[in-house]
Amino acid sequence: MSQAPPEMAPTINPKLIVPFVNAVRSVFAKMVGVQTTLERPHVKTFPAPTYDVSSIIGFSGDVIGSVVVSFQRAAAEKLVEAFAGMAIAYDSPDFADAVGELANMIAGGAKKHLGHAAAITVPSVILGAGHVIARLSDVPCIVIPGTTPVGAFALEISIKQLKAPQVNDN
Amino acid sequence: MKVLLVDDSRTMRNIQKKVMEQFGPMEFSEAADGVEALSVIAATPQGFELILIDWNMPHMDGHTLVLRIREKDKLTPLIMVTTESEKQRVVDAIKAGVNNYVIKPFTPDQLIGRVKQTLEKRKAAA
Repeated sequence: MSQAPPEMAPTINPKLIVPFVNAVRSVFAKMVGVQTTLERPHVKTFPAPTYDVSSIIGFSGDVIGSVVVSFQRAAAEKLVEAFAGMAIAYDSPDFADAVGELANMIAGGAKKHLGHAAAITVPSVILGAGHVIARLSDVPCIVIPGTTPVGAFALEISIKQLKAPQVNDN
Repeated sequence: MKVLLVDDSRTMRNIQKKVMEQFGPMEFSEAADGVEALSVIAATPQGFELILIDWNMPHMDGHTLVLRIREKDKLTPLIMVTTESEKQRVVDAIKAGVNNYVIKPFTPDQLIGRVKQTLEKRKAAA
Protein backbone atom coordinates (compact mmCIF):
# COMPACT_ATOMS: atom_id res chain seq x y z
CA MET A 1 0.00 0.00 0.00
CA SER A 2 1.44 3.35 -1.00
CA GLN A 3 1.73 6.09 1.58
CA ALA A 4 0.21 9.53 1.05
CA PRO A 5 2.88 12.09 0.22
CA PRO A 6 3.88 14.30 3.15
CA GLU A 7 2.10 17.65 3.20
CA MET A 8 4.37 20.30 1.79
CA ALA A 9 4.96 23.38 3.90
CA PRO A 10 3.94 26.52 1.99
CA THR A 11 6.89 28.33 0.50
CA ILE A 12 7.42 32.07 0.18
CA ASN A 13 7.74 33.28 -3.39
CA PRO A 14 10.00 36.37 -3.39
CA LYS A 15 8.37 37.59 -6.61
CA LEU A 16 5.15 38.08 -4.67
CA ILE A 17 6.83 39.69 -1.67
CA VAL A 18 9.34 42.14 -3.10
CA PRO A 19 6.78 44.38 -4.87
CA PHE A 20 4.95 44.88 -1.57
CA VAL A 21 8.14 45.56 0.36
CA ASN A 22 9.11 48.23 -2.16
CA ALA A 23 5.59 49.70 -2.21
CA VAL A 24 5.41 49.93 1.60
CA ARG A 25 8.75 51.74 1.76
CA SER A 26 7.76 54.14 -1.01
CA VAL A 27 4.31 54.97 0.40
CA PHE A 28 5.54 55.54 3.94
CA ALA A 29 8.55 57.59 2.85
CA LYS A 30 6.70 59.78 0.31
CA MET A 31 3.26 60.21 1.84
CA VAL A 32 3.81 59.77 5.59
CA GLY A 33 7.40 60.87 5.95
CA VAL A 34 8.57 57.92 8.04
CA GLN A 35 11.12 55.23 7.41
CA THR A 36 10.02 51.63 7.84
CA THR A 37 11.95 48.57 8.92
CA LEU A 38 10.61 45.32 7.54
CA GLU A 39 11.47 42.02 9.13
CA ARG A 40 11.81 38.54 7.69
CA PRO A 41 8.55 37.24 6.17
CA HIS A 42 6.95 34.15 7.64
CA VAL A 43 3.94 32.02 6.84
CA LYS A 44 0.92 32.54 9.07
CA THR A 45 0.05 28.96 9.90
CA PHE A 46 -3.24 29.39 11.70
CA PRO A 47 -6.03 31.95 11.85
CA ALA A 48 -4.74 34.49 14.34
CA PRO A 49 -5.69 38.05 15.13
CA THR A 50 -4.04 40.87 13.33
CA TYR A 51 -3.32 44.21 14.96
CA ASP A 52 -6.07 46.66 15.95
CA VAL A 53 -6.68 48.45 12.64
CA SER A 54 -6.71 46.54 9.35
CA SER A 55 -7.29 47.60 5.78
CA ILE A 56 -8.12 44.86 3.29
CA ILE A 57 -7.62 45.08 -0.45
CA GLY A 58 -8.91 42.32 -2.72
CA PHE A 59 -7.15 41.20 -5.90
CA SER A 60 -8.83 39.77 -8.99
CA GLY A 61 -7.87 38.95 -12.56
CA ASP A 62 -4.33 37.60 -13.06
CA VAL A 63 -3.90 37.67 -9.27
CA ILE A 64 -6.50 36.52 -6.76
CA GLY A 65 -6.67 36.83 -2.99
CA SER A 66 -6.23 39.66 -0.57
CA VAL A 67 -3.66 41.84 1.10
CA VAL A 68 -4.12 43.24 4.59
CA VAL A 69 -2.20 46.13 6.09
CA SER A 70 -2.67 45.95 9.84
CA PHE A 71 -1.53 48.49 12.43
CA GLN A 72 -1.30 48.82 16.18
CA ARG A 73 -3.87 51.44 17.09
CA ALA A 74 -1.32 53.93 18.43
CA ALA A 75 0.79 53.50 15.31
CA ALA A 76 -2.24 53.95 13.06
CA GLU A 77 -3.23 57.16 14.85
CA LYS A 78 0.25 58.67 14.50
CA LEU A 79 0.69 57.53 10.91
CA VAL A 80 -2.72 58.87 9.87
CA GLU A 81 -1.89 62.19 11.54
CA ALA A 82 1.37 62.41 9.60
CA PHE A 83 -0.32 61.33 6.35
CA ALA A 84 -3.32 63.64 6.59
CA GLY A 85 -1.41 66.53 8.12
CA MET A 86 -3.73 66.69 11.11
CA ALA A 87 -4.97 64.46 13.93
CA ILE A 88 -8.11 62.51 13.00
CA ALA A 89 -10.32 60.90 15.63
CA TYR A 90 -10.13 57.09 15.66
CA ASP A 91 -13.91 56.75 15.35
CA SER A 92 -14.22 59.29 12.53
CA PRO A 93 -15.00 58.02 9.00
CA ASP A 94 -11.98 60.03 7.87
CA PHE A 95 -9.72 57.81 9.98
CA ALA A 96 -10.82 54.69 8.10
CA ASP A 97 -10.58 56.63 4.83
CA ALA A 98 -6.94 57.53 5.53
CA VAL A 99 -5.98 53.99 6.58
CA GLY A 100 -7.71 52.65 3.49
CA GLU A 101 -5.91 55.06 1.20
CA LEU A 102 -2.52 54.01 2.60
CA ALA A 103 -3.37 50.37 1.86
CA ASN A 104 -4.71 51.33 -1.57
CA MET A 105 -1.40 52.94 -2.50
CA ILE A 106 0.60 49.96 -1.21
CA ALA A 107 -1.50 47.42 -3.12
CA GLY A 108 -1.64 49.63 -6.20
CA GLY A 109 2.11 50.12 -6.17
CA ALA A 110 2.75 46.38 -5.95
CA LYS A 111 0.11 45.45 -8.52
CA LYS A 112 2.14 46.65 -11.49
CA HIS A 113 4.68 43.89 -10.87
CA LEU A 114 2.16 41.10 -10.36
CA GLY A 115 0.13 40.91 -13.55
CA HIS A 116 -1.11 43.17 -16.30
CA ALA A 117 -4.71 42.13 -15.89
CA ALA A 118 -4.68 42.31 -12.09
CA ALA A 119 -7.26 44.57 -10.48
CA ILE A 120 -7.68 45.74 -6.91
CA THR A 121 -10.82 46.54 -4.98
CA VAL A 122 -11.48 49.70 -3.04
CA PRO A 123 -10.22 49.15 0.53
CA SER A 124 -12.32 47.91 3.44
CA VAL A 125 -11.19 48.91 6.93
CA ILE A 126 -11.74 47.04 10.21
CA LEU A 127 -11.25 48.81 13.54
CA GLY A 128 -11.06 46.85 16.79
CA ALA A 129 -8.58 44.71 18.69
CA GLY A 130 -8.58 40.96 18.21
CA HIS A 131 -10.31 40.73 14.85
CA VAL A 132 -9.55 37.71 12.67
CA ILE A 133 -9.64 37.93 8.87
CA ALA A 134 -10.72 34.88 6.88
CA ARG A 135 -8.91 34.17 3.61
CA LEU A 136 -8.88 31.76 0.69
CA SER A 137 -8.15 28.34 2.16
CA ASP A 138 -5.77 27.24 -0.61
CA VAL A 139 -3.56 30.31 -0.55
CA PRO A 140 -0.94 30.66 2.19
CA CYS A 141 -0.82 33.90 4.13
CA ILE A 142 2.63 35.46 4.28
CA VAL A 143 3.24 37.99 7.02
CA ILE A 144 5.85 40.74 6.77
CA PRO A 145 6.20 42.40 10.18
CA GLY A 146 7.18 46.03 10.08
CA THR A 147 8.10 48.79 12.46
CA THR A 148 8.05 52.56 12.20
CA PRO A 149 9.26 55.16 14.71
CA VAL A 150 5.65 55.38 15.97
CA GLY A 151 4.78 51.69 16.25
CA ALA A 152 4.34 48.35 14.57
CA PHE A 153 2.38 47.17 11.58
CA ALA A 154 2.22 44.05 9.45
CA LEU A 155 1.54 43.25 5.86
CA GLU A 156 -0.39 40.01 5.35
CA ILE A 157 -0.20 38.81 1.76
CA SER A 158 -2.50 36.02 0.72
CA ILE A 159 -2.49 36.06 -3.07
CA LYS A 160 -1.99 33.61 -5.89
CA GLN A 161 -0.75 34.50 -9.38
CA LEU A 162 -2.88 32.86 -12.05
CA LYS A 163 -0.82 34.41 -14.82
CA ALA A 164 2.61 35.96 -14.48
CA PRO A 165 3.33 39.31 -16.12
CA GLN A 166 4.87 38.84 -19.59
CA VAL A 167 6.45 42.23 -20.04
CA ASN A 168 8.33 44.31 -17.53
CA ASP A 169 6.99 47.86 -17.45
CA ASN A 170 9.92 49.71 -15.98
CA MET B 1 -7.55 79.26 -9.88
CA LYS B 2 -10.65 77.07 -9.93
CA VAL B 3 -9.74 73.42 -9.41
CA LEU B 4 -11.90 70.31 -9.22
CA LEU B 5 -10.52 67.39 -7.17
CA VAL B 6 -12.06 64.00 -7.94
CA ASP B 7 -11.02 61.19 -5.59
CA ASP B 8 -13.04 58.78 -3.43
CA SER B 9 -10.64 59.38 -0.53
CA ARG B 10 -11.35 62.60 1.33
CA THR B 11 -7.91 62.34 2.92
CA MET B 12 -6.31 62.31 -0.51
CA ARG B 13 -8.38 65.31 -1.63
CA ASN B 14 -7.27 67.20 1.49
CA ILE B 15 -3.64 66.33 0.82
CA GLN B 16 -3.98 67.53 -2.76
CA LYS B 17 -5.52 70.78 -1.51
CA LYS B 18 -2.62 71.42 0.87
CA VAL B 19 -0.07 70.74 -1.85
CA MET B 20 -1.91 72.83 -4.46
CA GLU B 21 -2.26 75.79 -2.09
CA GLN B 22 1.53 76.12 -2.19
CA PHE B 23 1.13 76.85 -5.89
CA GLY B 24 -1.05 79.93 -5.44
CA PRO B 25 -4.57 81.05 -4.51
CA MET B 26 -7.04 78.25 -5.20
CA GLU B 27 -10.78 77.76 -5.20
CA PHE B 28 -11.51 74.07 -4.81
CA SER B 29 -14.54 71.97 -5.65
CA GLU B 30 -14.63 68.28 -4.80
CA ALA B 31 -16.25 65.06 -5.97
CA ALA B 32 -15.95 61.50 -4.65
CA ASP B 33 -16.55 59.69 -7.95
CA GLY B 34 -17.10 60.24 -11.65
CA VAL B 35 -20.86 60.63 -11.41
CA GLU B 36 -20.57 63.32 -8.76
CA ALA B 37 -17.84 65.02 -10.77
CA LEU B 38 -20.07 65.28 -13.85
CA SER B 39 -22.77 66.87 -11.68
CA VAL B 40 -20.31 69.38 -10.26
CA ILE B 41 -19.04 70.20 -13.76
CA ALA B 42 -22.60 70.63 -15.07
CA ALA B 43 -23.38 72.96 -12.17
CA THR B 44 -20.29 75.08 -12.85
CA PRO B 45 -20.92 76.85 -16.18
CA GLN B 46 -17.77 78.97 -15.89
CA GLY B 47 -15.78 75.71 -15.85
CA PHE B 48 -12.55 74.73 -14.10
CA GLU B 49 -8.99 75.65 -14.91
CA LEU B 50 -7.72 72.25 -13.80
CA ILE B 51 -9.23 68.89 -12.81
CA LEU B 52 -7.35 66.18 -10.89
CA ILE B 53 -8.91 62.73 -11.32
CA ASP B 54 -8.34 59.45 -9.49
CA TRP B 55 -8.72 56.25 -11.55
CA ASN B 56 -10.29 53.72 -9.17
CA MET B 57 -13.52 55.07 -7.74
CA PRO B 58 -16.99 53.63 -7.12
CA HIS B 59 -19.94 54.37 -9.47
CA MET B 60 -17.82 55.79 -12.28
CA ASP B 61 -14.06 55.39 -12.59
CA GLY B 62 -11.66 58.12 -13.61
CA HIS B 63 -10.98 56.73 -17.08
CA THR B 64 -14.68 56.79 -17.92
CA LEU B 65 -14.96 60.27 -16.44
CA VAL B 66 -12.16 61.54 -18.68
CA LEU B 67 -13.92 60.09 -21.75
CA ARG B 68 -17.19 61.74 -20.69
CA ILE B 69 -15.56 65.12 -20.08
CA ARG B 70 -13.74 65.02 -23.43
CA GLU B 71 -17.00 64.39 -25.31
CA LYS B 72 -17.82 68.06 -24.68
CA ASP B 73 -14.67 69.74 -23.45
CA LYS B 74 -11.34 69.32 -25.22
CA LEU B 75 -9.54 72.14 -23.43
CA THR B 76 -9.74 71.90 -19.63
CA PRO B 77 -6.45 70.42 -18.38
CA LEU B 78 -7.00 67.00 -16.80
CA ILE B 79 -4.41 65.24 -14.62
CA MET B 80 -4.88 61.61 -13.61
CA VAL B 81 -3.60 61.05 -10.03
CA THR B 82 -3.67 57.33 -9.34
CA THR B 83 -1.95 54.21 -8.04
CA GLU B 84 -2.34 52.69 -11.52
CA SER B 85 1.24 52.70 -12.77
CA GLU B 86 1.30 50.14 -15.59
CA LYS B 87 2.50 51.56 -18.90
CA GLN B 88 -0.69 50.45 -20.64
CA ARG B 89 -2.81 52.32 -18.10
CA VAL B 90 -0.86 55.52 -18.74
CA VAL B 91 -1.30 55.04 -22.49
CA ASP B 92 -5.04 54.39 -22.04
CA ALA B 93 -5.43 57.54 -19.95
CA ILE B 94 -3.58 59.69 -22.49
CA LYS B 95 -5.67 58.24 -25.31
CA ALA B 96 -8.80 59.08 -23.30
CA GLY B 97 -7.64 62.67 -23.07
CA VAL B 98 -5.64 63.38 -19.92
CA ASN B 99 -2.93 66.01 -20.20
CA ASN B 100 -0.68 64.58 -17.51
CA TYR B 101 -0.32 61.64 -15.14
CA VAL B 102 0.81 61.46 -11.50
CA ILE B 103 1.41 58.13 -9.78
CA LYS B 104 0.53 57.76 -6.11
CA PRO B 105 2.44 57.87 -3.84
CA PHE B 106 3.75 61.28 -4.85
CA THR B 107 5.85 63.91 -3.15
CA PRO B 108 4.49 67.48 -3.03
CA ASP B 109 7.19 68.51 -5.52
CA GLN B 110 6.12 65.80 -7.96
CA LEU B 111 2.48 66.89 -7.90
CA ILE B 112 3.31 70.59 -8.15
CA GLY B 113 5.78 69.88 -10.95
CA ARG B 114 3.14 68.08 -13.02
CA VAL B 115 0.58 70.80 -12.37
CA LYS B 116 3.02 73.52 -13.47
CA GLN B 117 4.01 71.54 -16.56
CA THR B 118 0.37 70.98 -17.51
CA LEU B 119 -0.67 74.60 -17.07
CA GLU B 120 2.38 75.90 -18.95
CA LYS B 121 1.62 73.62 -21.91
CA ARG B 122 -2.00 74.75 -21.91
CA LYS B 123 -0.91 78.41 -21.79
CA ALA B 124 1.55 77.89 -24.64
CA ALA B 125 -1.13 76.20 -26.74
CA ALA B 126 -3.71 78.97 -26.17
